[in-house]
Amino acid sequence: MTANTWLQFAVYIGVLVLLVKPLGGYMARVYQGERTFLDPVVKPVERLIYRLAGIDPAVEMNWKAYALAVIIFSVVGVIFLYILLRLQGLLPLNPQGFGAVSPALALNTAVSFVSNTNWQNYGGESTLSYLSQMLGLTVQNFVSAAAGMAILVAFIRALTRQQTANLGNFWVDMTRSTLYILLPLSFVVALILVSQGVVQTFAPYQSVNLLQPSSYQQIKTNANGVPVKDASGNPVMQTVPLTQQTIPLGPAASQIAIKQLGTNGGGFFGTNSAHPFENPTPLSNFVETLSIVLIPAALCYTFGKMVGDTRQGWAILAAMLAIFIFFLIWAAHFEQAGNPALTQLGVNQTPSALQAGGNMEGKEARFGIADSVLWETATTAASNGSVNSMLDAYTPLGGLAALVLMQFGEVVFGGAGSGLYGMLVFVIVAVFVAGLMVGRTPEYLGKKIEIFEMKMAALLILIMPITVLGLTALAVSIPAGTSSVFNPGPHGFSEILYAFTSMTNNNGSAFAGLNSNTSFYNLTGALAMLVGRFWLAIPTLALAGSLARKKKIPAGPGTLPTHRPLFIGWLIGVIVLVGALNFVPALALGPVAEQLIMIVK
Amino acid sequence: MANHVNQFPDLRRPAGSLPGKLYRRALVDSFLKLNPRTMARNPVMLVVEVGSVLTTFLWLRALLGQGEAPAGFTGAVAAWLWITVLFANFSEALAEGRGKAQAEALRHTRQETPAKKLHRRLDPTSSLGGSRLTQPRNRTDYELVPSTSLHAGDEFLVEAGDVIPADGEVIEGIASVDESAVTGESAPVIRESGGDRSAVTGGTRVLSDWLIVRVTANPGEGFLDRMIGLIEGAKRQKTPNEIALNILLAAFTIIFLVVCITLLPFSIYSVHVVGKGTPISITILVALLVCLIPTTIGGLLSAIGIAGMDRLIQRNVIALSGRAVEAAGDVDVLLLDKTGTITLGNRQAVEFIPLNGTSKSELAEAAQLASLADETPEGRSIVVLAKEKYGLRGRTLTPTPEIPAGMRFIPFTAQTRMSGVDLDHTSIRKGAADAIQKYVQSCGKSIPKDLDSIVEKISHEGGTPLVVARNGEALGAIHLKDIVKGGMKERFARLRKMGIKTVMITGDNPLTAAAIAAEAGVDDFLAQATPETKLALIRKYQEGGRLVAMTGDGTNDAPALAQADVAVAMNTGTQPAREAANMVDLDSNPTKLIEIVEIGKQLLMTRGALTTFSIANDVSKYFAIIPAAFSSTYPALNVLNIMGLATPQSAILSAVIFNALIIVALIPLALRGVPYRPLGAAQLLRDNLLIYGLGGLIAPFIGIKLINLLMVALHLA
Repeated sequence: MTANTWLQFAVYIGVLVLLVKPLGGYMARVYQGERTFLDPVVKPVERLIYRLAGIDPAVEMNWKAYALAVIIFSVVGVIFLYILLRLQGLLPLNPQGFGAVSPALALNTAVSFVSNTNWQNYGGESTLSYLSQMLGLTVQNFVSAAAGMAILVAFIRALTRQQTANLGNFWVDMTRSTLYILLPLSFVVALILVSQGVVQTFAPYQSVNLLQPSSYQQIKTNANGVPVKDASGNPVMQTVPLTQQTIPLGPAASQIAIKQLGTNGGGFFGTNSAHPFENPTPLSNFVETLSIVLIPAALCYTFGKMVGDTRQGWAILAAMLAIFIFFLIWAAHFEQAGNPALTQLGVNQTPSALQAGGNMEGKEARFGIADSVLWETATTAASNGSVNSMLDAYTPLGGLAALVLMQFGEVVFGGAGSGLYGMLVFVIVAVFVAGLMVGRTPEYLGKKIEIFEMKMAALLILIMPITVLGLTALAVSIPAGTSSVFNPGPHGFSEILYAFTSMTNNNGSAFAGLNSNTSFYNLTGALAMLVGRFWLAIPTLALAGSLARKKKIPAGPGTLPTHRPLFIGWLIGVIVLVGALNFVPALALGPVAEQLIMIVK
Repeated sequence: MANHVNQFPDLRRPAGSLPGKLYRRALVDSFLKLNPRTMARNPVMLVVEVGSVLTTFLWLRALLGQGEAPAGFTGAVAAWLWITVLFANFSEALAEGRGKAQAEALRHTRQETPAKKLHRRLDPTSSLGGSRLTQPRNRTDYELVPSTSLHAGDEFLVEAGDVIPADGEVIEGIASVDESAVTGESAPVIRESGGDRSAVTGGTRVLSDWLIVRVTANPGEGFLDRMIGLIEGAKRQKTPNEIALNILLAAFTIIFLVVCITLLPFSIYSVHVVGKGTPISITILVALLVCLIPTTIGGLLSAIGIAGMDRLIQRNVIALSGRAVEAAGDVDVLLLDKTGTITLGNRQAVEFIPLNGTSKSELAEAAQLASLADETPEGRSIVVLAKEKYGLRGRTLTPTPEIPAGMRFIPFTAQTRMSGVDLDHTSIRKGAADAIQKYVQSCGKSIPKDLDSIVEKISHEGGTPLVVARNGEALGAIHLKDIVKGGMKERFARLRKMGIKTVMITGDNPLTAAAIAAEAGVDDFLAQATPETKLALIRKYQEGGRLVAMTGDGTNDAPALAQADVAVAMNTGTQPAREAANMVDLDSNPTKLIEIVEIGKQLLMTRGALTTFSIANDVSKYFAIIPAAFSSTYPALNVLNIMGLATPQSAILSAVIFNALIIVALIPLALRGVPYRPLGAAQLLRDNLLIYGLGGLIAPFIGIKLINLLMVALHLA
């Protein structure tokens, strides 16, 4: 790793940590209904929304009502988005005249955006109209993140309140998340991105003449599309001249801002933030990378503030950062070390004035290894999934970082809201075992962890690995799954494992190299995304409901402190042992075997 | 009739169970427990048993030449898996064994005994119908019935030599009773009607006199029955925390089950795409599964719980619910009765403080005379103090020239709240300050000014003032002092370190209470306590989210005991107190609470420590098994064989053997419990994480390597 890499990492983490407290404190004020500096502008809008929707913001919900609201809201979202995608050919703002999206793909995409996954089995510029992008995807980018944040806030309230069934009002929490947090932040980020050259326009795609015309060979077909064959039965090839290029445009900046901030990750263009119109400069890259983890990181402080002990929030952030930094350095190390197979062939992969060194395959030259690895780590630690480099081209162990970070269950930053509530479940498991070790029945923030809590926590840690491993096992066992694999050997296995890991954890990051736009992957993927989002959200809210009913036990010298370095270390240990240990055998057959084969011939 | 009961057992020394016998019995039991219906109580070990059956089946197939792996290997894995299950069963059986021996000894005492059931004589003319007895009970009017036919409400007679046939409440008579069957204490106790000594326990024996007892428990529900059930573990219910932990362990088991099941298609796919090697065998998958699931804690969990109850029994405490043992670990507030717990049961006279114009010896003599007939410990201490300090010879009640026979002693009554003596021309009274003041005033005398200050001074020092008056004139005060038991301050400091607040409960006035509280080093006190204020105090703490423990023995303690989270009744206490409590201390030693709390904490710590150890073990097992399992497909994975295990098969066997042996190695720890030291939570966590977390990570690497080396040395690898 070069000095430049270290410096970039340090600046990134430094700026992130500096922003945690102001943003986190602001969000705490928003969720506690306190005055904010945006009130003069936003409050009237907020009131209007409640009046139009007939919502009484003072009415609180118990966990079942809250969960029901989450589900109704999401189901309506899926149906609306599905219909929009199916009907986009008939709707305006479609300068390229794209037709209806196929049913399986429309379903997969609708579920994907509503579940905050943003797994994309399509290329935006070749599939979706501007209307679909803006009214469909961008809207879900906002509200799916807001829904996750709302569930988190309900969970935090459960820890602060006692002997109540009330967790707050979902509609209020969601509206406030959107109006006070996501919209203003997106506005600022979008403006910065536009200043850097990210496109924001309704103009149709542009055709421009190539500076260097070229040509390519293509199989000649007859009028019916059947290949023409020569006398010996080989297809006849023809030369096609290439003089023009189509440059896709669209309202990208506004969508990219929320795609990054709301841990969505669905690119406006197929190549996501590797595309120069999505991410043109190192500065835009920095802002976008920062936006990935900004809200999940700041929510830790919000949590600490709301439970009345900011040390608790910092402790969780410290655990997240420790895991994040470990894998950041891990990935950077393996990428900078380069491809072991090339090393054995005597290729010089050391950085010098003339070359970046290391494994530059699949990476944009304007970002290099440091910024690519930083993005890769951030986007998989947070459940964002946007990319600025091709993960499939990473060294196996470099790519393993992305895989493992998701396999922790997206709790290292994770999704907006969902990451922290997932983390809090791990905290509960950690507290349960550690609490026993200090000779008390376990409690967290004064709440006893008893049978029901363990049932829900067990369910929450069970669902993800079962879904990922189960679907991966299914995919490698049937032709519908294996036929999509382009790469043989352990790499192909990694691609399938990665796809289901990404979808179940609502990340949406794609390893590529796998043709996932098939009925099998569209449908199993939709299932994985639904399970990953809602089968976790509902037990989480049930857990919140149970915690809210309990009394708070005042802390004493016999109480397990949950903010000290020791507990942070233990929490990391539990996340690693409980979260990732399940995937060790699968990882051994994928990236580990692949890398070792390159080294040990 | 009670001749079969020769010697009552002491619970602390289970009779007739030599260690050898205990082990033999546990060994037999561990096989009996292989019954799947028994195993179903423990999901983790049930999975191991199913794995054992599966591998045994595969071994039989291999013997027939259809094996997926060499018969020797499959057979060895199967054998060690069976051993794993047996070891886990053995730990449970061993923990139960001790209790079983105790229960059997107790059961002897509960054998059917004839009972002298009294006939009820009903007044046919009573307007209340048949519910009222009209005549005194006739002690000869009984019939002999078997003890099992006695029901609550029946009345029976027991006479010297009889075994009391059922639990009950004494309604007539007084007798000395040998309760060693339940307490292990051979000294007989007095049981009489009314008051706090009226409860008798079935299975104990009347030594002298007779009692008429009303049955309070139906057959099979008596105290002894419950005790036997508890000790035996037959009715052992899983405690809430144990259930919660079991859920977590079950979750791990399910996850690893999925991990291992999906590994088969993964392996088949890998073999298919790489084009070499063979898919992972079922034998190895089962071995991997058993190594990964938390068998260490799963196998020992129930033994830990039983051993926790047993540790209480060793200290002569019977927990009527396992839940209470767990709750004991959580106790934040300890309510302790002052008298008998913090201070010696009785106050002692330490000083005579005369009023102006009275000499010390004058006061001492008056006090001594007034106390001659006072048989209370306080009274005797006054006589002793007068004799030792002022040379007044001990007097007796036998008439002597100095003390004529005409002495008339005035006993203490609740109305006058004084006692004393009337001589020819003198009458001496002693009593509480306000009582004597009233007496003095009633005699038309005035109260000296300095009396108040003396009384106050004694109260301030934590003493109880007794004022002495002669012929209606106050002479001075006796300083009765509560003697704080030795070592209490240290014990309370220890509790404070554990995070437990101690509250002293006393009927004394706040001044006296504060002084004793300070001397004993308790954190807080409740003065002038009544059953209502005690109950209110407990509720107040509980509303603040704290867990409260208390001890009690009297009927007036029962409401507070029922309200407390951990309530320890003294065995000498009344039936209502014992009913309301969730533990009974057979030694009737109120400071036992401290030990109970420590046992509760130990129980939880042992669970936590072994869970951590069990999970941390998985890391090394992956390193042992993964390279071995896929060696044929990806030989490159041998880089992960950091332990340098000889062959794939020996690597897997080593991990399985370690997994089995560690259960046995940890049985002593499970039975004894992780030692508890009163340190802060942070320090306890650090120590235990170091030992069981880090130890759990490292130990198996060493253990598996050693087993592997041994296998190589024995040419088994």
